Amino acid sequence: MSISRDDVVQVAHLARINIDDNDIPAITDRLNQILGLVDTMQQQDTADVEPLGNPHDACQRLRADTVTACDEREKLMANAPLAEDGLFLVPRVIE
Amino acid sequence: MHQKTIRELQQGLQDKAFSSVELTRHYLERMQKLDSELNSYISQCDSIALAQAEEADKQLAEGNNHPLCGIPIAHKDIFCTDGVRTSCGSKMLDNFIAPYNATIVEQLKAAGAVMLGKTNMDEFAMGSSNETSFYGPVKNPWDLERVPGGSSGGSAAAVAAQLAVAATASDTGGSIRQPASLCGITGFKPTYGVASRYGMIAFASSLDQAGPLTRTAEDAALMMNAMAGFDEKDSTSMQSPCKDFTADLEKPLKGLRIGLPKEFFTDALDSDIAALIDNAIKELEKAGATFKEVSLPHSDLSVAAYYVIAPAEASANLSRFDGVRYGYRCKNPQDLLDMYMRSRGEGFGEEVKRRILVGTYALSAGFYDAYYNQAQKIRRLIKNDFVDAFNAVDVILGPTAPATAFRFGEKSDDPVQMYLQDIYTIAVNLAGLPAISVPCGFSNDLPVGLQLIGPAFADARVLNVAHQYQLLTDWHQQTAGFAAKEV
Repeated sequence: MSISRDDVVQVAHLARINIDDNDIPAITDRLNQILGLVDTMQQQDTADVEPLGNPHDACQRLRADTVTACDEREKLMANAPLAEDGLFLVPRVIE
Repeated sequence: MHQKTIRELQQGLQDKAFSSVELTRHYLERMQKLDSELNSYISQCDSIALAQAEEADKQLAEGNNHPLCGIPIAHKDIFCTDGVRTSCGSKMLDNFIAPYNATIVEQLKAAGAVMLGKTNMDEFAMGSSNETSFYGPVKNPWDLERVPGGSSGGSAAAVAAQLAVAATASDTGGSIRQPASLCGITGFKPTYGVASRYGMIAFASSLDQAGPLTRTAEDAALMMNAMAGFDEKDSTSMQSPCKDFTADLEKPLKGLRIGLPKEFFTDALDSDIAALIDNAIKELEKAGATFKEVSLPHSDLSVAAYYVIAPAEASANLSRFDGVRYGYRCKNPQDLLDMYMRSRGEGFGEEVKRRILVGTYALSAGFYDAYYNQAQKIRRLIKNDFVDAFNAVDVILGPTAPATAFRFGEKSDDPVQMYLQDIYTIAVNLAGLPAISVPCGFSNDLPVGLQLIGPAFADARVLNVAHQYQLLTDWHQQTAGFAAKEV
């Protein structure tokens, strides 16, 4: 399979990554190179094979839904690009 | 002092030949004077290191004889360190001060290890040469015109240049073993789930595993004793049956069955590397190990499957970098979408963006079955190949990397050529197995690594074979010319 210029624009939008129009041809070429490598796996018949997500076939462990004490609000918010009164600030969403 | 291993430094501390503060000052001075040429560290942590060394000296005086008490080490900048910048080699996190310690950082601290600094790395651990770091490439101490490998290139170069006796690292597709091979040191990737991923910035969660870079397999086992352990905070953490990674080190090799995968030993393998591996086989044979050909029939598909699974997981993991709660935010965003798009477009480097795009594409509607599902099915075939092979042998032996350290720029324009650096290491991550790279000789004066792979949770066995090999050979004692520089 190969990826077109329009596909790249669409995927970049899905991934929320701004790319410069001038870079699109080069990015398209690179992605096609990578997909060329990846496509070698299409030759393998896997009809009867179960997918493997965790190498030990382990499931995500569950835990009891209990409240734990972790009050690090100030420490965590210190990394915010923009914050005020304990809130993260972003551009206006609702007019 | 910097020529010594952890084991030797521990002896020196116990004998009061030097204190941890003296040792730490010595390393900090070396870093200050020598690292500008190497660029192996992103942050040097003088005041933290000296405070930790003072505390370690107190504990040593009180009779603490933990093997890591007072030992100066470095952390890859992928591990969160409380109050210290944790950049993951990215502009995105250039200003990020971690609010807590990664579990392995906490455990090494509790063992008394001293943190010298945070090491350079490929951005978000995506690379095999350290050329994708926002902080510039790391140089290989054996030849400053060549790469140290990646993604843990800073950790590997720092240990090889004796700017730390050991360093933490992470391995998603070879990122501990390949730089160990290129820098002539020892690099151990444990079984998936043995060392906690909590506080290790996620790249591909089903593949990422923390491990040590050291001078010897014995030192790697000492580091593992502090790094391993079940962690409630990591949902994929496993209860390892191995409680003491040093326990089997002295076990003789007599009767050990070693498998040689025929897919690794083809005409495609560099002839110098093949000859060095052959010498290693002869050494182990003399010590009583027996060899047998095994087959990993699907190994030629491992790079392809990996470059779907790893980018797919990365595209999900890296969606957290949105410019809202931490990390880089673009200037003057017009609206929320513009803020997301430009913060990520400007904050991530080329290779990271490329992998996010590949992953997003592989997971997008209409392509999921052809890519992600197919890759996960191949992942099972690759795992089953190993399970079958380990029915007949105890460990598998082969090369770590297809080549020695290459020159800057040699592969950076061609992502596929770079990805093929990991052809011998990637299958191990897909199957979640323990593996080590140890030095086994030189090709054109550049170090070559030998890889030993074990069944899941046979970490101590892998370390045992590597340690016994290092008792028989002295390749791991050869040091880069750069390391001999005095300050």
